Amino acid sequence: MSFLTELEAWPAERVRACIEAATVDDVDRAIAREERTPHDLCALLSTAALERLEPMAQEAHRLTRRHFGRVIKMYVPIYISNVCGADCTYCGYAVRSGNKEKRLTLTEAETRRECEVLAAQGFQSLLLLTGEARQAVPPGQIADAVSIAHEYFPSVSIEVYSLSEDDYRLMVDRGLEGVTLYMETYDKATYEKVHLKGEKMDYLFRLDALDRAGRAGARRLGVGALLGLFDSHIDAFWTAMHARYLQRTCWQSEVSISFPRLQHTPERFSIPRLVSNQDLVQLMLASRLFLPEAGITISTRERPPFRDRLIPLGVTMMSAGSSTRPGGYATHGEDTLEQFEVEDTRTPAEVAAAIRSFGYEPVWKDYDYGFAGVAGTGSIS
Amino acid sequence: MTQQTDIPADPLIIAGRTFRSRLMVGTGKFPSSLALKQALAGCDAEIVTVALRRADLNNPGGDSILSVLDPKRHLLLPNTSGARNADEAVRLAKLARAAGCEPWVKLELTPEPRYLLPDPIETLRAAEMLLKEGFIVLPYIQADPILAKRLEELGTATVMPLGAPIGSNRGLKTRDMIRIIIEQANVPVVVDAGLGAPSHAAEAMELGADAVLVNTALADATDHEAMGRAFAMATEAGRMAYRAGLGPERVTAEASSPLTGFLSKA
Ligand code: SF4
Repeated sequence: MSFLTELEAWPAERVRACIEAATVDDVDRAIAREERTPHDLCALLSTAALERLEPMAQEAHRLTRRHFGRVIKMYVPIYISNVCGADCTYCGYAVRSGNKEKRLTLTEAETRRECEVLAAQGFQSLLLLTGEARQAVPPGQIADAVSIAHEYFPSVSIEVYSLSEDDYRLMVDRGLEGVTLYMETYDKATYEKVHLKGEKMDYLFRLDALDRAGRAGARRLGVGALLGLFDSHIDAFWTAMHARYLQRTCWQSEVSISFPRLQHTPERFSIPRLVSNQDLVQLMLASRLFLPEAGITISTRERPPFRDRLIPLGVTMMSAGSSTRPGGYATHGEDTLEQFEVEDTRTPAEVAAAIRSFGYEPVWKDYDYGFAGVAGTGSIS
Repeated sequence: MTQQTDIPADPLIIAGRTFRSRLMVGTGKFPSSLALKQALAGCDAEIVTVALRRADLNNPGGDSILSVLDPKRHLLLPNTSGARNADEAVRLAKLARAAGCEPWVKLELTPEPRYLLPDPIETLRAAEMLLKEGFIVLPYIQADPILAKRLEELGTATVMPLGAPIGSNRGLKTRDMIRIIIEQANVPVVVDAGLGAPSHAAEAMELGADAVLVNTALADATDHEAMGRAFAMATEAGRMAYRAGLGPERVTAEASSPLTGFLSKA
């Protein structure tokens, strides 16, 4: 099984036509319904829905509270490497983006040092990232990093290049909880235009990666499109459909969606489809209404005041105090190349305080060593 | 409300331990530890469940949820939510006991994260393993009368059938099956999950449930304390009505002045 079959049933022209045909009545019906169809999702993503953003927000708020209560999970990323063999035209890590700054992969000791610093800040949930660098950072090395991180954090997830099912399983056996992998864009033609080198050019291998991760036992699967590469409303439709497909296929995994928006790009790349704040809000609300039980993540790519305002609209996970440089927390400081500039530079404590001020509880721990049954604190006989 | 020290004539007894309150509270969805504290103040629940995946048992003072619980007033009932199979649930329970919790565990085995419906097969398996390890087991189950009997026979302290999926606030959607479970049970039946309004709690208690467990409805209220109190009152009212003996429901009307009475006079 592959999501490709569903994707092929909903080509861009069909999604666009469905979105464009939607009337305000269709939007009202979609809001009122208890379970929403793909056609309802199109209506919620339409221009007509802009007149109904407020009722959509109220419904998104209600659904999120019902399913998740008033809690926000906190996590933090560690970039273990900025070496990358791919050439994605929009990315600051790509060699041909002209960046000559320092490239490195953290040693085990450096990874440990970064973990120590972040664990001391209260984090219990960690995301490990690399570029597309199978040679420089092979799967075994990522698995080692997972093991190290798991000594400090009950929950460890990865956002790395697409892996085989065996490689995902290797990491799950070392304590991996979640896998995040953005398709960047589901539009194949655009995908091929912006991915010029490396394994990442293999559209289908990436599209099916989360199925493999789910089969290997990953408990959290994160999907998303890099908004701005293609028509963001159509990519949001496909993202939501992908999430729903994964909910059915990998039924034991919790699926979450993200809305990463292209903001800072290298000089050679100008963002083809700018995504406004209003667009982002609409995409998030439509996705929440279509997928009441999906997690929604907002990273530090967004500015603090805007990010805070998104909290009651359906967000369930937030990162804080992030650095996108390898060794950026403790080992190398500002010495290494960053993938993109973060917009929310507040400390974790400041972000937690902002979450509280909106009537939500920041949750640092939502996973226990007892699940994984591998190295960690707390011994049992 | 009953006084804290005043044990009513009909206390709830679970595994030989007596509780005055028949309302249990879940903690997972509260916006703050203060909100939880207010809800607990309002309802005076004694049994409070805490997800082990959330709790920082190695640092109970620093954990905002745990720090609200007073061991003199509340029984901390660790739950294994998030566990996908029996081995995980057993590991979690053992970790909790190793960290100093009493050997009580609310067994939650929910392999699918969307509706958090319990897995009957793994639940039965985990219950057996935990009972052998000396735990007092309170299993969260589908409203399945046969499973309830199987668990009771194994030796679980209660059965905790769901009213509706967790967090759905839909009330007693499984009413008919819960009625059968109650009718057949020799252990306390605690209706868990889906109770979104005090009237739902009252309905479960009128049916003969021994207790109810609520989380979302309290966490999501604007006034947590008042909602806690409302649920406590509804739980008590439902219990009182059950004990008082509700009149039977009839499909047809029974007129107090019969319309055909004149025939017998003839
Ligand atoms: S997006 Fe990822 S794969 Fe592409 S150049 Fe950047 S780091 Fe490499």
